[in-house]
Amino acid sequence: MAKLYSKRKLAPKKMLPKKETIRLILQYSCALSIVKVGNINFDLIAN
Amino acid sequence: MAKSNLSDAILVNNYIAGDENSLALLIDRHQSRIYGYIFSKVSDRDLTEDIFQETFFKVIHTLKSKKYYNEEGKFLSWVLRIASNLIVDKFRNDKKMPLKRDTEEFSIFSNITDSSPDIEKKLIKSQVDIDLKMIIQKLPHDQREVIMMRYYSDMSFKEIADFTGVSVNTTLGRMRYAITNLRKVIEKNKIYLPS
Repeated sequence: MAKLYSKRKLAPKKMLPKKETIRLILQYSCALSIVKVGNINFDLIAN
Repeated sequence: MAKSNLSDAILVNNYIAGDENSLALLIDRHQSRIYGYIFSKVSDRDLTEDIFQETFFKVIHTLKSKKYYNEEGKFLSWVLRIASNLIVDKFRNDKKMPLKRDTEEFSIFSNITDSSPDIEKKLIKSQVDIDLKMIIQKLPHDQREVIMMRYYSDMSFKEIADFTGVSVNTTLGRMRYAITNLRKVIEKNKIYLPS
């Protein structure tokens, strides 16, 4: 039944974020570390 | 890139274990759908970039703090849910509903590329897009949601079912009702939608 509604795709093929956005996300990921002390999580961002 | 064949669940586990490249692969794999989903809701490039970025900041934070995510194979649904919540928060904070509008930059149907840029066809198409969007807005929320996710965000029925928390059969049923209701509205209002 799904095929009945799948013939025509209107969805964007190339809706992509900017490269700077991706770069920023990956840099944030590399910089972030989370340390758990007791029940509290501390976020550490490396410069 | 042999790693790109790995499932989402494995990439997530690798990322939690410290492999930063796995995050890049996950983003690369899903960025189009996530970005398209956000854009279909907010219709603004800059805002979409912001929400996309904030979504992944939350994803990163959550995964690194090992708080959540144990749903194997449902990474995309999980990320879309985070994006959806951020969109709701955004408009709640702004105290206004998202404004759906056509801009020169984007029409929700504009991704059907026309190889011959005929101005008449463009005008007709633009009018059809506007009419169709108006009709879709009249659908009940659950039916509208299925239409938007299926046709504008290119999600599979399985992904829509995961995202909305209902079965695939219910999703298909909603799609059927949505199509039926669209036809009724078109007939009732005698709207002409050339193919």
